[in-house]
Amino acid sequence: MLKTFPKGGIHPPENKLTSSKPIQRLPVPKVVYVPIAQHIGIPAEIVVDRKDKVDIGQVIAKSGGFVSSNIHSPVAGTVTKLDMIVDSTGYKKQCIVIRTDAKNASNFVETEYPLKKEIELEPQEILQRISDYGIVGLGGATFPSHVKLNIKADKKIDCLIINGVECEPYLTADHRLMLEKAEEILMGIQILMYALNVPRAIIGIENNKKDAIETFKKLMLQEPKIQVAALQVKYPQGGEKQLVRALLKREVPKNGLPLDVGVIVHNVGTIFAIYQAVQHNKPLIERVVTVTGKKMGKASNFWVKIGTPIKDLITEVGGMPEGTRKIVNGGPMMGKALKNTDVPVTKGTSGILVISEDEASRGETKPCIRCGECVSVCPMGLEPHLLMNLSEKGMFEHAGQEDILTCIECGSCSYVCPSHRPLLDYIRFGKSIVKKLDVSKN
Amino acid sequence: MDSPPIVISASPHVHSDRTSKRIMYDVVIAMVPAFLVSLYVFGINAFIATATAVVSCLLFEYLIQKYLLKAEITIADGSALITGILLAFNLPAGLPIWMIIVGSLVAIGIAKLSFGGLGYNIFNPALVGRVFLLVSFPVQMTLWPTAVENNTTLADAVTGATTLGIIKDGLQFGGTMTELSAQLPSHLNLFLGITGGSLGEMSALALLLGGLYLIARKVITWHIPVAVLGTLALMTGIFWWADSEQYANPLIHVLSGGAILGAFYMATDLVTSPVTKKGMLIFAIGIGVITVIIRLFGSYPEGISFAILIMNAFVPLINKYFKPRRFGSKIKAKIV
Amino acid sequence: MTYSIIYSVLLLASLGVTAAMVLYVVSKKFYVYENPLIAEVEDLLPAANCAGCGSPGCKAFAEKLVDTDDISDLFCPVGGNDVMQLVSEALGKEVAEKDPTVAVVRCQGACDVRPKTSEFQGPKSCAISALIYSGETDCQYGCLGDGDCVAVCKFNAMYMDETTGLPVVITDKCTSCGMCAEACPRDIIEMRPKHKRDLKIFVGCLNEDKGGIARKACSVACIGCSKCFDICPKEAITMVNNLAYIDPEYCTLCRKCVPVCPTDSIIETNFPKKKVKKVEVDQGAEVKSVNLIDHA
Repeated sequence: MLKTFPKGGIHPPENKLTSSKPIQRLPVPKVVYVPIAQHIGIPAEIVVDRKDKVDIGQVIAKSGGFVSSNIHSPVAGTVTKLDMIVDSTGYKKQCIVIRTDAKNASNFVETEYPLKKEIELEPQEILQRISDYGIVGLGGATFPSHVKLNIKADKKIDCLIINGVECEPYLTADHRLMLEKAEEILMGIQILMYALNVPRAIIGIENNKKDAIETFKKLMLQEPKIQVAALQVKYPQGGEKQLVRALLKREVPKNGLPLDVGVIVHNVGTIFAIYQAVQHNKPLIERVVTVTGKKMGKASNFWVKIGTPIKDLITEVGGMPEGTRKIVNGGPMMGKALKNTDVPVTKGTSGILVISEDEASRGETKPCIRCGECVSVCPMGLEPHLLMNLSEKGMFEHAGQEDILTCIECGSCSYVCPSHRPLLDYIRFGKSIVKKLDVSKN
Repeated sequence: MDSPPIVISASPHVHSDRTSKRIMYDVVIAMVPAFLVSLYVFGINAFIATATAVVSCLLFEYLIQKYLLKAEITIADGSALITGILLAFNLPAGLPIWMIIVGSLVAIGIAKLSFGGLGYNIFNPALVGRVFLLVSFPVQMTLWPTAVENNTTLADAVTGATTLGIIKDGLQFGGTMTELSAQLPSHLNLFLGITGGSLGEMSALALLLGGLYLIARKVITWHIPVAVLGTLALMTGIFWWADSEQYANPLIHVLSGGAILGAFYMATDLVTSPVTKKGMLIFAIGIGVITVIIRLFGSYPEGISFAILIMNAFVPLINKYFKPRRFGSKIKAKIV
Repeated sequence: MTYSIIYSVLLLASLGVTAAMVLYVVSKKFYVYENPLIAEVEDLLPAANCAGCGSPGCKAFAEKLVDTDDISDLFCPVGGNDVMQLVSEALGKEVAEKDPTVAVVRCQGACDVRPKTSEFQGPKSCAISALIYSGETDCQYGCLGDGDCVAVCKFNAMYMDETTGLPVVITDKCTSCGMCAEACPRDIIEMRPKHKRDLKIFVGCLNEDKGGIARKACSVACIGCSKCFDICPKEAITMVNNLAYIDPEYCTLCRKCVPVCPTDSIIETNFPKKKVKKVEVDQGAEVKSVNLIDHA
């Protein structure tokens, strides 16, 4: 019996159409749009001006506080303007627009970094570099990594968990990365273990990626401190709390962090970015993006520069298919629907999913028949039907008492609801109000 | 731009194919075996009763929604259809048609729509209809046509008591189980459905088949039926073990009357049962206990419909106090 | 027969007497003293329980009025100055005088001038759609059209205009409780002074985008051209973030800014119509429709 988390979870159709497609390199875009709010926390502060020449990897926006991150220029070129561009939130946000210098070779030369095994830096230097080089969680939440790695003296970490679960349907970015860059990822894990002085690490991979599990198992023979664990396929296993529960049987306390049970969780993509930053001085300026959809003929995985407009990606896979009704930034369970294709790729873009007419529309909302399915699939042990009612009726205080804030917004409840009720929509709304109420109380 | 605009909605962007409608029609399918048995046993009467109940339930829902509430008409969602069939299943085959219509009106008009329609009713509509008829017309409602094979005409209908009725009356007049056993149908007949009783409660076998279908289709879970029947068997078993002359054996109790129909089809009604598994077990045990009390000590021979209705009233309370365990809440710490 | 009548009458009478005694005892025993002023003040208040004053209801507001020593910053927007004056007399405390206000909708982005570029599927609630995206049009400042303000209005003083998709305030019914302004996630609704004969001039737009972008999203958007700012003799107009705002405190309702606005985004209400001006407005409308075709 493979490991998994015990309570709740669903099995949406996997639709991993691109798992056998090697990661290709997307042509360098002519213009990149780099938003300054690509991570959770305080937006970065712009340090360049119009008409400035910038080099590839140069800092163009500086971290605006502790929970913030540097942003580097993904190309060498000229800043043409500082503008407001609609990003994946649907709102216009401050962006740095850079025109790529067509003559600058550094934009087009693809440096193949050889695997570098010696760790030259001291632990403190490693952590500093992760902070300087703008590394954020690439699993989707984009939480600045240096904040996660900043461990107070009273907390002890005994296990590093590497999240290779990728439980979102359609997405294969992490899967391909694990197949193609396994050794680098392993090296990245060792760097982190060294920097944080953690005695062991576990890579958690769902059992639908058997080839990735095999790849790591072969490499593991040399490295006894790192284990690979195959997990049952179940959504939302990629959620931090669910993954820790599945692998170590430790339950992260309500309103707590994995840190409270001696664990740090990082996504494989983040680990690879850390490896490149520490060993090859490469800031986070590109990432793997899965471009997919049932009607996309040439759906594939790409290395994409941050700031590339999504329409470039869609052109690359053969243009927008007929009858497209929805474009999603991320996977179908937690991704955000986009307003248009001018939205740029950011550090948190793990996939672009194009959905056609028949799948895009929501079913008609019917009354709740209290079947309790939402309750039984909720991985956090909440009662979504109740939380939705409370939010709808404005009973936010009660909703707070029912632990609405512990909702991880995985969408399992909305997925299973036979009456197509917008459970998560209302819960999200309730959460935002309850948070405000809590802030005003304190 | 000719093509329709891009759709924006909040995540998730995919949905399972499990819909309310599918659930409702699965329940209808699950009731087919029991309906076929009732046709075989009661002939055309069964068909007339069921058709009357279904048609009048749908009609009342349509009329009330259209002219009284001026609301959206929801007769296609299958819930009124289920209420109709279940109501018919709970009636004796020879009941006058106008009574069935009155029962349907009570079920749809009072028990369902006056509470706000599907999803808002506290009590199982079909059971409210049945209980209303039972207390209003006790004579007709307990006039059970006995099973006569291939009975097709109204005139030939022979009436008699149900298994539980025989036991209740017999014991009241000082009989013992040994004396009564001659009048009772065999266990096998009870299981197959060659007995007296209301339309749908005939054959335990057919009902079990449908029930297993519902569990297999994940419309219901095992918790409620197993706990209801388990409690029923356990409690009657204890009494039978204490005095087998005064109390019927648990097998008779489980197989006769509406126990299986109630446990699989009525108590599991999604709207009127608790949402958590824990709550379902409490709810089902409550039904079992109340049923046994009514059967053994009450004045009615059968009590499962009352038991379900009584426990329906407790569902909001059960939902309030039996919540799922929140992830990350330290229950152990509390105990220590 | 006679006996049974007497019996039942006696029975019922004794039952009534017993119940009355129980009620009397209980009401004496559990009597809670309440300042009689509270009830007196509550009677003066409009009993709308709208929460426009900040207290959850009229009773709570009455308690607050009685308990607080300085009530000059407390105000009942529904009752207005008349009611506050009565309260002042009843309590012997000073009250502030405020100009009566009325809710105005600062968005003119009807369906025909503000083209839809996406379609929203989800609960019909502005608060929820504002959480996940910026609305069905390209204007991220304008009305979302789901009617949270209408739903929250307790006086039936608002409705959604079906052709424009925008909320409309029925000025006569508006009690200026301010709940709609609070409910609007975009802060489109503003409480502005209700001048004589309800004359009002305000900018019907909140779009902070640059002129071209704003105009493309909505043909009646404020494009930040500053023409109104330049012409205003009283310096009542401020320009912030490409957006004009008319400060009601300084505005003298001279209407000079209205005709200079190239996008007709300044709204004037209840002024007597001038014949010459009307033609101008019509011309403006024609220009608008031409623009629309251009964009399509």
